[in-house]
Amino acid sequence: MPDASPVITVADVQHLAGLARIALEPAEIEHLAGELNVIVDSVKKVQEVATPDVPATSHPIPLVNVLRPDVVGEVLTQEQVLSGAPDAFDGRFRVPAILGEEQ
Amino acid sequence: MSDLTRFTAAELAEHLAAGDVSSVEATRAHLDRIAEVEPDVHAFLHVSGEAALRRAAELDRLRAAGEAPSPLAGVPVAIKDVLCTSDMPSTAGSRILEGWVPPYDATPVARLRAAGLVPLGKTNMDEFAMGSSTEYSAYGATHNPWDLTRIPGGSGGGSAAAVAAYESPVALGSDTGGSIRQPAAVTGTVGVKPTYGGVSRYGSIALASSLDQVGPVSRTVLDAALIHDVIGGHDPHDATSLTDTWPSMAEAARRGRTEGSLAGIRVGVVHELNGSGFQAGVRQRFGEALQRMAEAGAEIVEVAAPHFEYAISAYYLILPAEASSNLAKYDAIRFGLRVDPGRSTTEQVMALSREQGFGPEVKRRVILGTYALSAGYYDAYYGSAQQVRTLVQRDFTAAFEQADVLVSPSAPTTAFPLGEKVDDPLAMYLNDVTTIPANLAGVPGMSLPIGLAPEDGLPVGLQLMAPAREDARLYRVGATVEALLEAEWGAPLLSRAPKLGRPVPAPGFGTEPDGGTL
Repeated sequence: MPDASPVITVADVQHLAGLARIALEPAEIEHLAGELNVIVDSVKKVQEVATPDVPATSHPIPLVNVLRPDVVGEVLTQEQVLSGAPDAFDGRFRVPAILGEEQ
Repeated sequence: MSDLTRFTAAELAEHLAAGDVSSVEATRAHLDRIAEVEPDVHAFLHVSGEAALRRAAELDRLRAAGEAPSPLAGVPVAIKDVLCTSDMPSTAGSRILEGWVPPYDATPVARLRAAGLVPLGKTNMDEFAMGSSTEYSAYGATHNPWDLTRIPGGSGGGSAAAVAAYESPVALGSDTGGSIRQPAAVTGTVGVKPTYGGVSRYGSIALASSLDQVGPVSRTVLDAALIHDVIGGHDPHDATSLTDTWPSMAEAARRGRTEGSLAGIRVGVVHELNGSGFQAGVRQRFGEALQRMAEAGAEIVEVAAPHFEYAISAYYLILPAEASSNLAKYDAIRFGLRVDPGRSTTEQVMALSREQGFGPEVKRRVILGTYALSAGYYDAYYGSAQQVRTLVQRDFTAAFEQADVLVSPSAPTTAFPLGEKVDDPLAMYLNDVTTIPANLAGVPGMSLPIGLAPEDGLPVGLQLMAPAREDARLYRVGATVEALLEAEWGAPLLSRAPKLGRPVPAPGFGTEPDGGTL
């Protein structure tokens, strides 16, 4: 039986890892491509019963949006917010360069 | 003095109230037990000895002054490392959060503290709760107290093992696809996944937001109910938290135990989860439990849930999709690991930090989720999975028209050997076949022990499921089943677990990735 699902290639995994912001070694990418094909081949089973007449459910219990008055609530202090940061300076998160040399 | 670690939380509460046991004594006994068995079990990632004893002393003073904040004041508790604690590291089993101490407590933790429970420490788990064995913890696997060469279940294997090994009477867990119920099943303990939204998730490190639910882990149905009553109820900090007023789960459990609850109740055996293809001893104990329930007056009916067979596929699309989004917060800027080789951009630093900070299962699921959500595939995968979710919900609705509670074995097998499935993601995923439908539909589920499989002498669990918001029904029925079985056994199942803390053969088998840490 022909396999209808698109095969996830090494290049696809490389691209997805880029989107997910995870650096990967070439060997890891190759291994993952194999595993992902096995998993996707199994989970695509959902398509068998997902006919157009079935609505999608995003949330198990129906909920409505929650609003509150626009007043300061229980919030963390600036010091608390920065307490776990790898680097902070002058009350702010300090980050590496935003733009590379090419940009 | 009898061994204080053998008391249930309810029993300890009675002794504390009577004044013949102090919280300091109870806390010290559990810390001693932790020191004795942790080298073998490795249920904890962090033990908070000094702070726990200080808090226990404070609670003893409050009680002496007549100001005990609740009947459970002074009872020790263990907390799954997925929950934020302002005085203990909270890593969710990941290197990317190693050593991170959050600036606030998760609401369930805050409520336990306010009720006077004494946190003993943080329990081990699969990284970000992705797994069914704790083998994906970045800090080494937990070992099943029934057989140290086997898995304690997952992701909450640490909490289940901690209560099974008498390191704590009760614990907190979280259940996204079975992470409370499956560990309960394989360790001979009790675990409850409440109705979605029944317990606040504020401060619970998110895995899949439409599935995650925090709940109790214990050795008895009543203890789970007591903890549920403390942690449950609306929390304005969690927009998905239900505003319902809940009945007392402890009251339901007490009535279920003393009055019985099975006469005339319709117990639905889910045809698709009735045990065909499951381990023989699991099927046998499940059949016997049904027999006991029928003898106690329950009407056993078979119900069909034709779309449950698609649930696991839908789950392994929805979960990775939501996880890939939730885990985007680990950006090496606001908290957690930063790997900066210098002269790198923020984006490169983020990618390098996530490479080093995430384990293989997390990378697998984040990339799978990114794939399922990407343009061109969204409708085929994530969209279809959400449609299956509707079909699973409809199956539950139809089944609950024919039955008051639904039952199945909690897991297809007893505890499997450490290392057996760690390199086969799909085999690991199939382990969740029984527990996933409840998460997709948001309904509450409980696992409680129903005996040992004859072929391996390991615990088997019964899963009970009730309609959304009917958590009390689980406690009422669960407590009756527990009482019936204990009357037959003459003692709780855990009394048959092997002794720990004696010279035991080394776990070996090369199954512990990095030797484990205390």
